[in-house]
Amino acid sequence: MSVLEIKNLHVNVETDQGTREILRGVDLVINEGEIHAVMGPNGSGKSTLAYTIAGHPKYQVVQGEILLDGENVLEMSVDARARAGLFLAMQYPVEIPGVTITNFLRTAKTAIDGEAPAIRGWVKDVRESMSALKMDSAFAERNVNEGFSGGEKKRNEILQLELLKPRFAVLDETDSGLDVDALKIVSEGVNRAKANTGLGILLITHYTRILRYITPDFVHVFVAGRIAEQGGPELADRLEDEGYDRYLEPAAK
Amino acid sequence: MPTAEQHGFRPHTDGPVVPVQTRSERFRSVNVDDFAQVTGREHEWKFSPVATFADLIGGELDGSRVEIETTDAAGVEVSWIDRGDARIGRAGIPEERAAANAWSSFDEALLIAVSGEDEKVVAVTRSGLGATPRAAHTIIEAAPNSRGLVVLRGIGDARLSENVEIIVGEGALLTVVALQEWNDDAVHLASHFARLDRDAFLKHIVVSLGGKVVRVNPSTHLAEQGSDIEALGLYFADAGQHLEQQVFVHHDAPHTRSRVTYKGALQGQGARTVWIGDVLIGNAAVGTDSYEQNRNLVLTDGTRADSVPNLEIETGDIAGAGHASATGRFDDEQLFYLMARGIREDEARRLVVRGFLLEIVQKIGSPDLEERLTAAIEAELLGS
Ligand SMILES: Nc1ncnc2c1ncn2[C@@H]1O[C@H](COP(=O)(O)OP(=O)(O)OP(=O)(O)O)[C@@H](O)[C@H]1O
Ligand SMILES: [Mg+2]
Repeated sequence: MSVLEIKNLHVNVETDQGTREILRGVDLVINEGEIHAVMGPNGSGKSTLAYTIAGHPKYQVVQGEILLDGENVLEMSVDARARAGLFLAMQYPVEIPGVTITNFLRTAKTAIDGEAPAIRGWVKDVRESMSALKMDSAFAERNVNEGFSGGEKKRNEILQLELLKPRFAVLDETDSGLDVDALKIVSEGVNRAKANTGLGILLITHYTRILRYITPDFVHVFVAGRIAEQGGPELADRLEDEGYDRYLEPAAK
Repeated sequence: MPTAEQHGFRPHTDGPVVPVQTRSERFRSVNVDDFAQVTGREHEWKFSPVATFADLIGGELDGSRVEIETTDAAGVEVSWIDRGDARIGRAGIPEERAAANAWSSFDEALLIAVSGEDEKVVAVTRSGLGATPRAAHTIIEAAPNSRGLVVLRGIGDARLSENVEIIVGEGALLTVVALQEWNDDAVHLASHFARLDRDAFLKHIVVSLGGKVVRVNPSTHLAEQGSDIEALGLYFADAGQHLEQQVFVHHDAPHTRSRVTYKGALQGQGARTVWIGDVLIGNAAVGTDSYEQNRNLVLTDGTRADSVPNLEIETGDIAGAGHASATGRFDDEQLFYLMARGIREDEARRLVVRGFLLEIVQKIGSPDLEERLTAAIEAELLGS
């Protein structure tokens, strides 16, 4: 049974105005097969947590640990983390000119598995996943994210999730910018990936609407760089009614 | 937030571009003394480091035969012809001083004559040109209805100014690959003049990888009805390298077609590239179909890519004409994205550049050459 542990994580970022502390002691344990929703207001540090797990160089860990089955993730390079089984579906996926989706997926799969996938099965897997995500097959020959709409970019992230089969995935606002139909398609993709591989999921979101399609086991309220409260799915309902004001007010006074 | 930034291709030209001057009216001469001294401010020189090759523009040039090595192919004759030969000067003549200096200085011209309808490949390699400023003249002639692929390759040291005439006879299908793989200190200035006869097709490919300053300016005269040029270019500028190409296509007959696609990558301090694409659609060129584009991929800081398309249209009756020009950056966010999918850094860079340049390589039409160029691009990426 795999486990991703985040212990007392403090993260700084260098800004033009100097060093800023963004994460102020985050503790989180995700077991294989669990879905944890992290919800919080703009600027609370949700993406910072996601990027820090993936190893983005802009974020400096000043204290704390991230462990994957006891292994120190913080010592691994970005690519090594992915090969160890971590996946980040990005809030703003980047365009990669000159690299087709087909080429990119095969290269990533080869890197993660340590060997090239058997061609027949792979082509079939790609085709099936694309069609399940209602991505036109023409996307395969397009450059990664280049000229994609916001919703198409998010589908492309979930396509990778399905094909690369990580042990833990962080989904950073995969729901934002999606209309209801797209939200359903993407949510089904996530649920399918979980059913197939039993991965653990850290689902970062702003709104509760995606939680209608992806049911979390735990909900964490993220405020000002740390977890302010946690509970079961019922906590999400309460956030829906009350918003984050309750958590913000003491800080404002 | 770094994540909000997108570094896709950024167009830097939109809409119609106003030409400085009608391109076909530029002064031309084969005699160096007919041209004024070069200051570096002239439109044809303003992007070039003229001070680094004043000798080629105005000095004395050694016009003796350059050493060549050529592969054998049935239907291709390679020979030297006298500078007074009537076959010289049919495709075009110089528009600037360095080309005129070469024209005034060469002793004999190298003639590569292609005949016969079978596909054939011939590679002519120039090497050991040394550090002396030199002049060369080459004529590539494809007989009517012939087919062939001619590679004109440069390796080793060179300080060379040259003219290359390309004559494509009626109905001929010719590919010319100018392959610059010179040593790091080499300076190479080339003007190519192509003239296409009725229904002739020329695929013209400029590949510049090695050399300190490499400036290859191909101009194509679509002189007769139905002639067709596919002009391709691929360049990879490393630190301190200047790679330039001024491409000119003159549509001068009905139902002519041109496609110009140049792609370049820049890596390292002072890597510099220039692309100027002039297309002139003359009065007679009704039914013209034309498109030109240049794309540059910037891999590091400290580089500069200039990209200037010009389109002049003198007839209202055309099938289509367009241009595009864009310079994009391969930045840290792209690297992060690829690495976050398990791909190692060196491979991530290779993936992007290879994908970007391969579009050109794949159009060459010679598997051997395509393979060799792919390997050469990989070597560039490893920073050799
Ligand atoms: N690279 C950076 N440079 C400067 N400031 C940063 C950087 N990354 C994050 N921040 C700041 O850190 C804070 C947290 O940002 P983060 O993106 O983690 O928030 P978020 O919870 O994901 O917000 P949103 O809901 O808008 O996506 C913000 O104030 C943001 O401006
Ligand atoms: Mg965010």
